[in-house]
Amino acid sequence: MRIPILKLHNYLLISIQTELDDNTAIQFQEDLLNKIHKSGSSGVVIDLTSVEIIDSFIAKVLGDVVTMADLMGAKVVLTGIQPAVAMTLIDLGIHLQNVPTALDLEQGLNKLHQELGE
Amino acid sequence: MKPETCVTIQREWDIVGARQLGRDIAKEIGFGTVDQARIATAISELARNIYLYADEGKVCFEKINRIDQKGICIIAIDTGPGIDDVSRVMEDGYSTSGGLGAGLPGVKRLMDEFDMKSDGGKGTNVKAIKYLR
Repeated sequence: MRIPILKLHNYLLISIQTELDDNTAIQFQEDLLNKIHKSGSSGVVIDLTSVEIIDSFIAKVLGDVVTMADLMGAKVVLTGIQPAVAMTLIDLGIHLQNVPTALDLEQGLNKLHQELGE
Repeated sequence: MKPETCVTIQREWDIVGARQLGRDIAKEIGFGTVDQARIATAISELARNIYLYADEGKVCFEKINRIDQKGICIIAIDTGPGIDDVSRVMEDGYSTSGGLGAGLPGVKRLMDEFDMKSDGGKGTNVKAIKYLR
């Protein structure tokens, strides 16, 4: 299972619509970094509206991909984290403090516009 | 004993299978979406521990259906190497696999009751309960 990555102007858009298993998550991490490299995109939005569960492994993969993309020079914003997922993450002790987030795709794109000044 | 449903954990995909089944059972019992997410996450952490650290194991679910209380009991059993220092693995941030070290202490916070028994060389047995409020 591969998660599709869409290119829109300077940005990459991802909507995760599938139950994330460990291999899919790791594959996605690699695919996204390769796509950033190939496309030269400066901003990425990963929309998690349809994701019903984020456990410690998936949280680590998502947090890492933000840091990795940052090293390459691209900003990643996570959007649409569900209330139940936010509550569960805090129970797990995972705060994702350095990870930019926004309520939805629209606000995520606005955030990228502001941060990248484009 | 009440009837149990078990999922054998051998492959990575079994983690997903276990948490989906657990979530369905939690929904049947009447848990809301937030508690369903808590229960599914706890199952995911326990199943991953089996996958990462033990050769073989299973995650079982039992419905608690007493007059005064309903809930779900999750039992994770493996025949892996066991845990030498049980108090250490309950510390936030402790991991031997490069993970976040959030798993077991997280499960304890996600659930209402948590009990772990581990004998060196004989595997680990974790029992966690969530009650319907």
